Amino acid sequence: MTEPDTPIVEMRGISLAFPGVKALQDVDFRLFPGEVHALMGENGAGKSTLIKTLTGVHTPDSGTVQLAGDTVAFAEPAQAQQAGISTVYQEVNLCANLTVAENILLGREPRKRGGIDFKAMRTQAAAVLARIGVHIDPASILDTHPIAVQQLVAIARAIAIDCRVLVLDEPTSSLDAGEVAELFRIMRVLRDEGVAILFVSHFLDQVYEIADRMTVLRNGTLVGEHLTKDLDRRSLISAMIGRELGVLEAIEDASERHKVSGPVLVQAEGLGRRGAIAPFDLDIRAGEVVGLAGLLGSGRTEMARLLFGADKATEGRLLVDGTPLHLRGPRSAIAAGIAFCSEDRKGEGLVADLSIRDNLVLAMQAARGWSRPVPRKLKDQLVEKYLKALDIRPANPDALVRTLSGGNQQKVLLARWLVTEPRLLILDEPTRGIDIGAKAQIQQLVTTLASEGTAVLFISAEMEEVVRIADRIVVLRDRQKIAELDGGSSIDEVVGLIAGEQLPEEVAS
Amino acid sequence: MTALATRLPSRFLPVLATVVLFVLTFGVGSGLYDGFASGQVIANLFIDNAFLIVLAAGMTFVILSGGIDLSVGSVVALSTMVTASGLKDGWPLPLVVIAVLLIGSTLGLLMGLVIHKFDIQPFIVTLAGMFLARGLCFLISVESVSIKDTTFRAIATAVIELPGGVTITYNVIIALVVVAVALYVLHRTRFGRTVYAVGGNEQSALLMGLKTARAKVGVYVISGFCSALAGLLFSLYMLSGYGLHAVGMELEAIAAVVIGGTLLAGGMGYVLGSLTGVLVLGTIQTLISFQGTLSSWWTKIVIGALLLVFIAVQRGLIRPRQTT
Repeated sequence: MTEPDTPIVEMRGISLAFPGVKALQDVDFRLFPGEVHALMGENGAGKSTLIKTLTGVHTPDSGTVQLAGDTVAFAEPAQAQQAGISTVYQEVNLCANLTVAENILLGREPRKRGGIDFKAMRTQAAAVLARIGVHIDPASILDTHPIAVQQLVAIARAIAIDCRVLVLDEPTSSLDAGEVAELFRIMRVLRDEGVAILFVSHFLDQVYEIADRMTVLRNGTLVGEHLTKDLDRRSLISAMIGRELGVLEAIEDASERHKVSGPVLVQAEGLGRRGAIAPFDLDIRAGEVVGLAGLLGSGRTEMARLLFGADKATEGRLLVDGTPLHLRGPRSAIAAGIAFCSEDRKGEGLVADLSIRDNLVLAMQAARGWSRPVPRKLKDQLVEKYLKALDIRPANPDALVRTLSGGNQQKVLLARWLVTEPRLLILDEPTRGIDIGAKAQIQQLVTTLASEGTAVLFISAEMEEVVRIADRIVVLRDRQKIAELDGGSSIDEVVGLIAGEQLPEEVAS
Repeated sequence: MTALATRLPSRFLPVLATVVLFVLTFGVGSGLYDGFASGQVIANLFIDNAFLIVLAAGMTFVILSGGIDLSVGSVVALSTMVTASGLKDGWPLPLVVIAVLLIGSTLGLLMGLVIHKFDIQPFIVTLAGMFLARGLCFLISVESVSIKDTTFRAIATAVIELPGGVTITYNVIIALVVVAVALYVLHRTRFGRTVYAVGGNEQSALLMGLKTARAKVGVYVISGFCSALAGLLFSLYMLSGYGLHAVGMELEAIAAVVIGGTLLAGGMGYVLGSLTGVLVLGTIQTLISFQGTLSSWWTKIVIGALLLVFIAVQRGLIRPRQTT
């Protein structure tokens, strides 16, 4: 191991602004040789930006970067790589049209008589792949391999040179448990060889398993640097979200407080669609949170789309306020006060190149029609209200949605539907891929809405979340509604039903 | 199923299809007309299309990188104009050649820099280059200028005898050398592989630390150089310089590259495919001239139909790749 008190990378006072967003403010960061250093923070805390500043993708507005004592300013990633900083990004950043060997070695390929020596290249690539235990044909086209293998090829590329600094930006998100273990084995080998490893992951278990040291960022500023053994999980999470975890407990109290006995708002009678979901009955009362639990592909989204009219029902009928509603499409559902927040927020929800304000007003404008523009004053009032209510960051209505983090984009999408004041709000995976702080806020918002009389249909793959906030849980399996449970049910009950261990009749009582 | 077995067909299928198409059209000609299947007819394919082969080779670089170059036809015309008027004013031949090649490469460099630095669509930038070069021709002269230089004429008419009594011109040698160099650069050099990488995924190529800027600008320099060289070959072929030479030739070059199996989106294709593409176009032209009664516009109609078919074939090849 190398001397631990001389950092190989030292970043001081790094600041960087994007249009409308201060991504980094006066951040210091140190990385020592022979250690795994985890960079922690919520979505939008500035982790990726800091990494890209180190690897030459972004140039900081102010601050210095030192590598082994020399001040450096990388204009492009190639320079950073030459200096010994290799990076594996969250998404596979390789060229799928080239061979595996080219993807590993291009840029530093073996040469022979003025040209690339493909034979030596394949041999070298095979050697690197063997080092990390991947056995694929180096001459095959990258595109022919699954994403997890492509990710390992990206890691092979990173370690193919004698790198001094290895940056892994959420490398584990597309790997299964066995592959993660393999990656950690490789990381330990490299660490013991004296490589400095910068590691980003949302999985706390992984961080506590592999990291020696952590740096926590919040909102583009440095919160602190700690040795892993000095920082327990609870303190880490409070450092990341900047407030006490009491928030989560408060939600539980809130959901227990109201037992719903309001009028039935939406009622499905034998509603179904062939090939998508078997006919089901469902009542949703005003002020009630109904959770949908089930595995991926169990019919959760299909059920929601039927209620919203996005798909046509082949049988049964839907009643709103006791009168049958013929859903011709989402427009008639919106007119009846039903809103649907899609799980694909990038593809179906937001307009990335418009500002927060414009995105917020979009659905409202659509409801009013083009001939009645929303007055600026009303717009500003609404925007201010929801920026505050949902704690959207940055709290700048002119920031482009594209520049926001995933959690904040989700909040904008939610706010957009809230502006239309729906009576039934369908949320399809509103908390997927966002950090714990934003998650808590969204959950709290759901309970608040319910207490104000809005009915919410809440879909989530995370059973804990459904159990925590739902007043009633509808369990789906194999595109069938198999049970309805009360809010107080335990996760075990729900999981048991989904796994098919118990017959629905036994629990439903 | 080994990786090799699944890999080979999908990569080489478009080029193989072009080769098959060439053999088929040539076979049809040989079956219909006596004397079609002679060595000289094949040699003539190369002689009559030498400049197009050079253009298509340059265009292959640009399209592989995911770009397009619409200026090549105009640069050919400008090159013929500079050659003819330069020789007329008594410039020595080597100087003329150097001047032409420099002008073409510089134009390409300028367009490449604008495309890269200002991040403007290659379509628009090279469209501007196309008008600029065409306009410059008429700045030199609005008339057709014939070439009377004796050395130039000697090179133009010189023939090289191949075994079997088949003759070719120096144009053919130059065109084949260009193809060979292009093959080497694209497949054996880091620059060439970077061109493929940029065409596959520019952002990834950048993050992989490849010199994407050099590749992106470089392909337009290469295309500009090839256009100028093609202009010299065209001068040898026509023995005149004129601002209305090579109108629409950029589209013929693009057609040849696409028929040769190169993906318009970039990242996939081969120079040899483009060469075969030119030969297919040439064969169709020869067929129609052998037939005698059909108008030469039929060539365009057939090319149009072929282009449609090939783009449809490419779609079919790509779709299954993306869904897996």
